[in-house]
Amino acid sequence: MMKKVFARPKSLTEVPFTYCPGCHHGIIHRLIAEVMDELNIAQDTIGIAPVGCSVFAYLFFNCDMIVAAHGRAPAVATGIKRVKPNNIVFTYQGDGDLASIGTAEIVHAANRSEKITVIFVNNAIYGMTGGQMAPTSLEGQVTQTSPYGRDPKTMGMPIRMCELLSTLNSPAYIARVALTKPAYIIRAKKAIKKGFQYQIDGKGFSLIEVLSTCPTNWGLSPKEANEWLEKKMIPYYPLAEFKNVEEVS
Amino acid sequence: MVERLLMKGNEAIGEAAIHAGCRYYFGYPITPQSELTAYMARRLLKIEGAAFIQSESEIAAINMVYGAAAAGGRVMTSSSGPGISLKQEGISYLACAELPCVIVNMMRGGPGLGSIQPAQGDYFQATKGGGHGDYHLIVLAPSSVQELVDLTIKAFDLADKYRNPAMILGDGLLGQMMEPVQFKEFQKERIPSKEDWALGSCQGRKPRRIVPFNLDPDELEKIVNKIGRKYEDLPKEVQYEVVNMDDPDIVVVAYGTVARVVKTVIQKGKKEGINIGLIRPITLYPFPYAVINDAANRVKQILVAEMSLGQMVEDVKLAANGKSKVFFYGRTGGVVISPVEIWEEVKKILNQN
Repeated sequence: MMKKVFARPKSLTEVPFTYCPGCHHGIIHRLIAEVMDELNIAQDTIGIAPVGCSVFAYLFFNCDMIVAAHGRAPAVATGIKRVKPNNIVFTYQGDGDLASIGTAEIVHAANRSEKITVIFVNNAIYGMTGGQMAPTSLEGQVTQTSPYGRDPKTMGMPIRMCELLSTLNSPAYIARVALTKPAYIIRAKKAIKKGFQYQIDGKGFSLIEVLSTCPTNWGLSPKEANEWLEKKMIPYYPLAEFKNVEEVS
Repeated sequence: MVERLLMKGNEAIGEAAIHAGCRYYFGYPITPQSELTAYMARRLLKIEGAAFIQSESEIAAINMVYGAAAAGGRVMTSSSGPGISLKQEGISYLACAELPCVIVNMMRGGPGLGSIQPAQGDYFQATKGGGHGDYHLIVLAPSSVQELVDLTIKAFDLADKYRNPAMILGDGLLGQMMEPVQFKEFQKERIPSKEDWALGSCQGRKPRRIVPFNLDPDELEKIVNKIGRKYEDLPKEVQYEVVNMDDPDIVVVAYGTVARVVKTVIQKGKKEGINIGLIRPITLYPFPYAVINDAANRVKQILVAEMSLGQMVEDVKLAANGKSKVFFYGRTGGVVISPVEIWEEVKKILNQN
């Protein structure tokens, strides 16, 4: 008798992912779905897909989904959660979406401590529009719109959203994770689960930033992209729990 | 006997919304409609299960509306001029996703930061779409505080019926003035169930997806055509008021505050032996083309008076279709047209033609 040890999470649909080889979106989707399965919340969850490569997230999750305007997912989530406080509401947002065009929305949703869970995918570049500079692009990083490298003198330094949001009193949970090795993936899943659990428990706003690769627009192979993320991104974007309401005395 | 209350226009809208079952309001303060935001705060924060949020921006407000509408709530936002411009992207999303909501625009002088005095310069923006893409709002133009009440309630009903955003297009003067109003009994049963399309728990049904886009042109065309068919149905909702239209020497077309001014001029005309008829569009979209076309068959001159450089006049010309001459008189920048100005204009037109 064969034992099934690995299966597709029930909270994912059968639709194949549309992401490039080596991109981390697929892993992140899977982790969210596994968490939804384990917490048995898919039937009550409403997800908000962003604008960007992961706009198609609405096809992949086996729960009610809505596509928001670029950057506005936290406001849309606020509207949904205030009407349906008993449902679980999460947003899935990229770095351009959350840290550039939607900065106001994320800061204020966090400050109101809306009882939502935000999955923030930081790959330091604009993916869907073809590789422009993101607010999180690293110093010196060459992109379509920083062709000579990001110059902090005129383009500013990359924004650390977790650190920025952690200055607020009200959010319940803020953490940054990565996915470049199994140990990181296990930690990432725990953080995502905590984010959803805190929402279920009514503790307030949670945000999990996931450092992610974009091999296509970085111009690297999937393996090189993982190495670049570990070597360049993690030193600037430390992996940590920045805020955890459970640990506040 | 329904009680008569003396209410300020902006507050009357708020009470009417709550009367109509609206329990969610998201907005950002801007003159001359801030009393409405404050009223909703005062009332909704005391109602169990309701939500009031002073949002971080107009953009956030309309996107909260988008979320609340998607979740099946009766929801409203309000603003004026610049704030309504900021909301346009979200309004376009609401229209594409076929989500009902009510948006109040108490117009002020524009363009730009403009002024905070009453104006009607947002007619094009309200009636022709406003945001990007192929869509229309349902646009209602009240002319008294009682109508602010009645049309706010109607706006919620129409928005739900057509699953399309509806706009109350008032102006700063209507918002600020006080008049007696009555609230007729509201039957909660008339709010249609949204259980068959709103987001929520998907236990026992397939997951739902609200997706205001499609990368396949043929598929997006289907979505837009479906929305377009609603607009073909809308003319049956046309509402207007006619005054002194039995045998007019001239017809004036005006809406909102300006129509009130015209009513004063009609009285003046009667004393002077000139019969001035008034057609007052109450629905600006759908626009009452037929009644204006009919008037154009009966009179030689139509005067359109607006607090703008001339916007509704284009629809009146379309309606008149060359059958009568269409004249325009407007003041803009926040200047309210006086009865004397309209009277002089009427005499000038009648003397010259």
